[in-house]
Amino acid sequence: MKVLINGKEKELAENLSIEKMLSAIDINREVVVIEYNEKILKKNEWAETFIKNGDIVEIISFVGGG
Amino acid sequence: MNNLKKTNLFIGGKEYTSRFFLGTGKFKDKQEMLKAIISSKAQIVTVALRRIDVDKNEENILSYIPKDITLMTNTSGARNAKEAVRIAYMAREAGYGNLIKIEIVNDSKYLLPDNYETIKATQILSSDGFVVLPYMHPDLYVARELVKSGAAAIMPLGSLIGSNQGLEMEMMIKILIDEINEVPVIVDAGIGRPSHAAYAMEIGVDAVLVNTAVATSENPPLMAESFVKAIEAGRSAYIAKMGNVLGVAEASSPLSGFLYDS
Repeated sequence: MKVLINGKEKELAENLSIEKMLSAIDINREVVVIEYNEKILKKNEWAETFIKNGDIVEIISFVGGG
Repeated sequence: MNNLKKTNLFIGGKEYTSRFFLGTGKFKDKQEMLKAIISSKAQIVTVALRRIDVDKNEENILSYIPKDITLMTNTSGARNAKEAVRIAYMAREAGYGNLIKIEIVNDSKYLLPDNYETIKATQILSSDGFVVLPYMHPDLYVARELVKSGAAAIMPLGSLIGSNQGLEMEMMIKILIDEINEVPVIVDAGIGRPSHAAYAMEIGVDAVLVNTAVATSENPPLMAESFVKAIEAGRSAYIAKMGNVLGVAEASSPLSGFLYDS
């Protein structure tokens, strides 16, 4: 299935939870925010949210700024 | 109120002894950023939120910011109130929604803040418990609206972001200092040298936010130290109340009493 992750189209396996998808990427979960189809997900929702074809996922974290 | 209290800064109900806010952008690397943060003795430091690079394993910037520092997440990238609010809620979800700097910019040439969208975002966020510090174009009516909308401070630009031009908006900032007494007035953007910061503090600004001037100097930790001294100097001068500026000379010792008398 095709999913937009951080603006880039990715081909992912079916029945993937946000939690599983994140485990494939090496990130610090403490300071990451997930927006799923324009809705901010709480951390306890990551395992129960399953990605579908056409979803838009934003994986956001902190960077330097003024 | 004893003298010490008079010289402290109050933002969102919390007391700060440092009047130097430091930005974390544009540093050569995170190690240098950390050294500069330590030299700056800043108690409030700004950060931004962006998409992570899923293909790169980049070190998290927060692990280079001492834990006792209060993080202020800015809404940079937002072009309107809706986007600023979206970013603020993300900061909250990440656990760093305590202080939010509203930065709503619609043009990439001047990076000037959109005052009207900033008022809207301030209303929405402050009514949901955020401590909001709006970055704004110095306009007295807008400042009053921001205070009415619950802003914890107002942050007028000194000059264009990243320009190092200094206090170009001096006249308008002086008006804000005179007329806005409910919340701190913090100059944010364009301060390029410690002397700019000292001058801002001398005229009564409550704090300054500096990023480019420190991060892009050749020795950021030393530059941060300079800013500390300049801000302290300006602040004490303001409290000591400087003498008047005259259009004529006034001798330091009386002219009579020796040669003038012969």
